Amino acid sequence: MTNAWTDIKNTDLVVVMGGNAAEAHPCGFKWVTEAKAHRGAKLIVVDPRYTRTASVSDFYAPIRQGSDIAFLNGVMKYCIDNGRVQWEYMKAFTNASYIVKDGFGYKDGLFTGYDEEKRDYDRSTWDYVIGEDGFAVTDPTLEHPRCVWNLLKEHLAPYTPELVEQVCGTPKDKFLKVAEMISECSTPTKTMTSMYALGWTQHSKGSQNIRAMAMLQLILGNIGVRGGGMNALRGHSNIQGLTDLGLMSHLLTGYLTMPSEKDTDFETYMSTRQFKPLRPGQTSYWQNYKKFMVSFQKAMWGDAATVENGWAFNYLPKLDVPAYDVLRMFELMNNGKVNGYLCQGFNPILAFPNRAKITSSLSKLKFMVTMDPLETETSRFWENHGDFNDVDTASIKTEVFQLPTTCFAEEDGSLTNSGRWLQWHWQASSPPGEAKHDSWIIAQIFLRMRELYRKEGGAFPDPILNLSWDYEDENEPTAEELAKEINGRALSDVMDPTDPTKVLVASGKQVVNFSQLKDDGSTMCGCWVYSGCWNEVGNNMGRRDNHDPDDTGAYLGWTFAWPLNRRTLYNRASADINGKAWDPTRKIIEWDGAKWTGYDVPDIAPTAKPQDVGPFIMNQEGVSRLFARGMMRDGPFPAHMEPFESPVENVFNRKMRGNPVARVFASDAAQLGTSAEFPYAATSYRLTEHFHYWTKHNRVNSALQPEFFVEISEELAKEKNIEQGGWVRVWSKRGSVKAKAVVTKRIRPLICDGKPVHIVGIPLHWGFTGSAKKGFGPNSLAAFVGDANIETPESKAFLVNIEPSTAPKDKEVNV
Amino acid sequence: MNMDLSRRSFMKLAGAGVAATSLCAMGFSEAEAAEVAHVRAFKLATTTETRQTCPYCSVACGIIIYSKGDVRKGDHAEVVHIEGDVDHPTNRGTLCPKGAALKDFVKSPTRLLYPMHRKPGADTFERMSWDEALDRIARLMKDDRDANLLLKNEKGLDVNRWTTTGMLAASATSNETAWATFKFAKSIGIVGFDNQARV
Repeated sequence: MTNAWTDIKNTDLVVVMGGNAAEAHPCGFKWVTEAKAHRGAKLIVVDPRYTRTASVSDFYAPIRQGSDIAFLNGVMKYCIDNGRVQWEYMKAFTNASYIVKDGFGYKDGLFTGYDEEKRDYDRSTWDYVIGEDGFAVTDPTLEHPRCVWNLLKEHLAPYTPELVEQVCGTPKDKFLKVAEMISECSTPTKTMTSMYALGWTQHSKGSQNIRAMAMLQLILGNIGVRGGGMNALRGHSNIQGLTDLGLMSHLLTGYLTMPSEKDTDFETYMSTRQFKPLRPGQTSYWQNYKKFMVSFQKAMWGDAATVENGWAFNYLPKLDVPAYDVLRMFELMNNGKVNGYLCQGFNPILAFPNRAKITSSLSKLKFMVTMDPLETETSRFWENHGDFNDVDTASIKTEVFQLPTTCFAEEDGSLTNSGRWLQWHWQASSPPGEAKHDSWIIAQIFLRMRELYRKEGGAFPDPILNLSWDYEDENEPTAEELAKEINGRALSDVMDPTDPTKVLVASGKQVVNFSQLKDDGSTMCGCWVYSGCWNEVGNNMGRRDNHDPDDTGAYLGWTFAWPLNRRTLYNRASADINGKAWDPTRKIIEWDGAKWTGYDVPDIAPTAKPQDVGPFIMNQEGVSRLFARGMMRDGPFPAHMEPFESPVENVFNRKMRGNPVARVFASDAAQLGTSAEFPYAATSYRLTEHFHYWTKHNRVNSALQPEFFVEISEELAKEKNIEQGGWVRVWSKRGSVKAKAVVTKRIRPLICDGKPVHIVGIPLHWGFTGSAKKGFGPNSLAAFVGDANIETPESKAFLVNIEPSTAPKDKEVNV
Repeated sequence: MNMDLSRRSFMKLAGAGVAATSLCAMGFSEAEAAEVAHVRAFKLATTTETRQTCPYCSVACGIIIYSKGDVRKGDHAEVVHIEGDVDHPTNRGTLCPKGAALKDFVKSPTRLLYPMHRKPGADTFERMSWDEALDRIARLMKDDRDANLLLKNEKGLDVNRWTTTGMLAASATSNETAWATFKFAKSIGIVGFDNQARV
């Protein structure tokens, strides 16, 4: 989230699209209720289902899953056509005026440079014209035909209300009502917030869904302001934290990136990462990359990382592909190329698409280790449960270790919520049985491996033998020790750059925040964006001052928000080009003639002059990007693409399937179904009574929602002779499940591209362990294909068939 | 504990005050006073309160866990009650149907208690000691790493890439656990490393 949950009360319009906050994030959704009750804010819901969020909305519009870009592009076009643009903001704070290279274009659903064989674009024309001074060429009058603004208008031209209706199934009058309500937020004194979740990410063009809304928000001037922003509600309690800390194949901590084979040494690695400003005087904060990277390497390998060995750069593994993401790993596993797998608090046979493939893959492992507080289907994937897990146990040769861990109540530590608040919690109870902290288990495996390398030697033991593991009890690093490492400290005296005789941070002291990090090896820091979380003041994540001066919703004294305790990202953009708040009643920070002051930590250098330095300090341009250059694999503008399994053809290019540059493995391509075979458009979602696959282990939640079901419309039920509460079989090209049918008015057929499209809704909370009745989930059916930029599986849009059926059978147990 | 005066001790003080005043004012006899002394104390007054965060969605509501026993004093502590934290700016004491039933997660009948091991082809788990399990896991991992770590690519560049063992980290673990896990996985060369943010 760019903003905080508590900031939503400041909005005038909430758009929930690609999420269902009332059910999936109920206590955060209260801030929507607050805004409605006390500000007169309105709520719009655009969703294939009439959800509980929709039930309290001011306006609901249905949409076919996977067609969000067409809808959002339509809204952008409406706003531009009707002059509903925050002109000053758009001109000053976006790249609308930047001139794009000749050659870039878009035709038949494809951008310039498409290579069908490689399923990739040559993106060399997707860039700015660079002048002789080395800066991007701009035309502030926006008259140049090749400026971003004019190219955007051209790109959006086809997205008329009629096209939106044809593609999305949203009736034209409903679309226009939504567009009109959104367009009102183009005035500087009216803001809109976007609340989205996995309804937007789990698509083969998920990144572009989000990008489309971000562009709309920029055109309306709603980024960086109170009650505005792009608010990813996110899933798990610390999914933000694990992303920030880089527990992903392509990441290091704090959005530093893993080296690839192109990065032959440290200098080469750095050469593509210290971004020079593309406009005069801009911050381009990634120019500090080297300070964060060297401090990270020092946190990892301490004294073994030296300037002479390029800070132990060769200790890091180097990627030969963009990422060994989970889809790639399970493809390799299914091909017999993976021997071992560790699953820490993760249940892949329910969480990943195409369960049959996941089960087959796990069956080919030599060993698997699971670490969980609860039973999981994954740790028992080899166990036969009749229809619910129909496997041949004896033929599965995987050795499995099921390790019991503590749960939240039994540990100290911090979790980062979607609003980027790092909140500390304290241990309340003793672990049951022999359950152990994850950090203890990890330490044990590591120390035992290190001991084996010490005794026996082996393949490149250096990064293991030299890994910094300096804890009072090396068998169990404490949360406090780890948090302090994340924050970073001086390894030798750090001198004040303005006065070299003065010590800024004495050796061994915690740095105050990342502004004190150095690229000479004198500081270490596990994760630069978190620096400041535990400095010499103490544990800032444990702060509990809930005062909120002038009720802005900022709560600066409550725990710690990254970066630098900043609560609203890009908050410099809450003020105009001269530094005055766009809306005086919603001031965040203002320029007082010498510095920025206000309710939040300024997202700009405190003395940066407003006319000179742009608000988007992480970008080389200093402004935001309506045109993404070559940074997204599937286009610098969002373009309509159908899901890989769609009930209709792409109206821009009827031969094009899915996202033209998304990676599809051959065996998965063969398992994509067609609408002739599988006529119904399925989607997956959560229920308010359950959290993923955990709460089926709780008796209360299991009693509230005991049994797997699917939701269909009355029209489809009638067509297929399906009874309310009767058993149905739902199947895709990849699998089959049995469920109780819930026939509901909440789902209605849509007319798309001239034909009716029926939607099948599949909630995701059941398996074969726990207190609830045994059942299935949508991932038994979903397609094994991911987003073109980040490989998030397309679990929100796939094709199925449905018929009346009988109850599934469990394994017969001989008593 | 992170509060100077916890709500529990406040209630104790207040409760004692009320009892003393009422007894005097109403002139209870000794027998009556003895009877009053038998009234069961407010259940939560004897518990330890701990500030916590709901582990489910990323709204991260504040909660208070009430335990019998205090882990900070080295006691064995059991959760007896969980409720919303009224001081928390986001949830202000409210909880959803999941958060309100959190105690059931901590006390679930399917909580795992012991390391379990499944031999290849076996149809049951068997108990295993921690030492045995961890030694065997370390052995299996080292053997696989030694056999399959790709030290150099075809151009002779150090790549130190281990693709034959992968790891999924849990996005419900703390940042501190995550950092320890990160150090472990990246230093041993695992590249097939993701968390729920990928899906």
